[in-house]
Amino acid sequence: MILIWLISLSLMTSLLSVIPIKSASWGAKITLLGSFLTLLLAILTASNILDSSTHTLIAIPNWIALNAMGSVILLLISFIYFTASIFSIGYMNFKDKKEEQKYFLNFNLFAFSMLILPLIQEPNTVWIAVELTTLFSVLLVGFQNTHAAIEAAWKYIVLTIMGAAIALLGFLILYWAARQAGIEHYTWQGLQDIAPQMSPVLLRASFIFIFVGFGAKIGLVPLHTWLPDAHSQAPSPVCAMLSGIETTAILYIILRLLPIITASNSIDVNDWLMIFGLISVGVASFLILQVKDYKRLFAFSTVEQMGIILVAFGLGGHDANLAATTQIIAHAVTKSFCFYAAGGVLMYAGTRDIASVKNLIQRSPLVGITFLFGGLSIAGAPPFALFLSEFSILKAGLEKGEYLIIGLLVTFIAIAFFAIMYHVSSMVFGDDGTKNKSSFSLPLSSKITFAIASLPIILLGIYIPQNLQNLIELAAKTIGG
Amino acid sequence: MSNITPLITNLNALAGGLFIVSTFGIVATRQIKASLKFFILQSIFLVISAVLLGLKPFSLDLMAVGAINLITKVFLLPWLLKRMVKKEIYTKREITQVLNIPTSLIIALILTIAAYFFSLPWVETQNISSVVHINVPVGLAGLFLGAYTLTVRREAVPQLLGLLAMENGAFFAGVAIAPDLPLISELALAFDILILTFVIGILTRSVHEQIGTTSIGNLSKLKEEA
Repeated sequence: MILIWLISLSLMTSLLSVIPIKSASWGAKITLLGSFLTLLLAILTASNILDSSTHTLIAIPNWIALNAMGSVILLLISFIYFTASIFSIGYMNFKDKKEEQKYFLNFNLFAFSMLILPLIQEPNTVWIAVELTTLFSVLLVGFQNTHAAIEAAWKYIVLTIMGAAIALLGFLILYWAARQAGIEHYTWQGLQDIAPQMSPVLLRASFIFIFVGFGAKIGLVPLHTWLPDAHSQAPSPVCAMLSGIETTAILYIILRLLPIITASNSIDVNDWLMIFGLISVGVASFLILQVKDYKRLFAFSTVEQMGIILVAFGLGGHDANLAATTQIIAHAVTKSFCFYAAGGVLMYAGTRDIASVKNLIQRSPLVGITFLFGGLSIAGAPPFALFLSEFSILKAGLEKGEYLIIGLLVTFIAIAFFAIMYHVSSMVFGDDGTKNKSSFSLPLSSKITFAIASLPIILLGIYIPQNLQNLIELAAKTIGG
Repeated sequence: MSNITPLITNLNALAGGLFIVSTFGIVATRQIKASLKFFILQSIFLVISAVLLGLKPFSLDLMAVGAINLITKVFLLPWLLKRMVKKEIYTKREITQVLNIPTSLIIALILTIAAYFFSLPWVETQNISSVVHINVPVGLAGLFLGAYTLTVRREAVPQLLGLLAMENGAFFAGVAIAPDLPLISELALAFDILILTFVIGILTRSVHEQIGTTSIGNLSKLKEEA
């Protein structure tokens, strides 16, 4: 029942946000309330999952249910939805009421389309939901209506829909294989039960099509080219949603295939994940070196992080899956913070060019400190969340004896670390010849966002609460191992 | 599946052949209007195949697929495009393309043969039914050729047609391999395509307003080299 509430809540928020009420910033208020309630419900759902004996919640059998991994994704989506709603308030400058309505309608619908992803149990419907995420987010990417924003939106829609068409064939083949094997209920669980009887040839084909197709949406090299454009041109709160959680939510669909593929033994899926993951990490780490736009910097870092997560799941086994799940959480919270910090810099400087922004720490200490904090934590410096999870991935890999893979991974992560810190430190500490503080001050809503969004980054770097740890353990088990 | 009559099988094979031919037409034409016409033809053959396969045993799902595709792709889409980007379609302008037409046709041929060999092991999992043996390779070829068109064309409307040709290809295979897919999914899938077109149409228009042409070749500001 709670799952139904969760779905209808974000849908209702979308509808309410377009009601033409005279009150100032009605859309922002209703979005804030809606996202806060969504977050509360997501936390409640997670605790229900922990308490239930099967560790799954079923709202409508064979249609809407949630397992532990889905619950982790749901928590992350609703957390970033909430922080992005707060950040939108001070950040977005609407020309008129109509524009404001359009923004919040799309914003809420985008959140809705992501929230249903982990809940839907019928794979074909999941494909539709993925299409919906593209549909609603593309309007947000092109929201600023500049030449660059429209170009980014166009590239985004062409590449991701091309991927969706490829994935569609993959899903149809999956259904074909399931039908041949005589499946009873066409759900993820049903597929997993019947996997040993499914034709390995068809299962392999369907995995490759879905992996390549949705790979475009996750931003895997070589289908990543739209990602830095879209993630740099969209308004910062939208970037936080796109980069922080949308990529992860789509990745989760591929993760759902893993137990099915493993059970049928049709393809060495781990090799696929590790090879594609390593290519993405490698290419992204070198691309970060030469960026000239600090929002593109964080966008490429998303490509890198998605690669790391894939490698981690590719390693296989309980420890690696556990580390990968932690990495998913750490990346989502850290990346969304980075885009808020970048939004802060953009509000202060009015340019996305790295070379034109200098001496942030003296000109506007708060902007400088948050940006430095974002840079350090996304690069993976201790004692932040990503350091801990990346460290456990490396440890799990070494224990499995994958020295070559881990060696390459460490090299690429190190390159990315120095690349990110090089750019960030030039912006924060670079000398611009002035010592005076500028009169710029951040909106209150941005300060609140920074405070809330930085909490999990610091907390998870030092200590993971027992309840969350249990949830992560359960989530890792659903992937296998 | 086993009680599909030879006549239906043969007619379906004909539809499959013509589907490929019209897909080649999309690849080979220089004008947007001609490209659009070939796309409509391609969609009609998809509809025919869906209806044929839905005849015996009678399948409401497949009939619905046919009907939805007929309405959206044969009537609604061309109408929408004419309304929104009329000038683009009716001016006799040649489409900018990265590779020339003969080269494109050779690549299209190679892709089609590749699609046949790729899908060979898949269709062999199905022993008797020969509709799968036609529809899956043809559908896969449609997907590949659509992707190719999308990659080499540099303008908004032709790229959109490439995308939709890919979707047609996926469905051409789909009507044979998943004939009993629940209707609700089908409806939503087609619905998706419609909204999609709408979005892309709006986008096309805003591209138009911003830079005066729907040529995507001009959209190259965002890249790594400064």
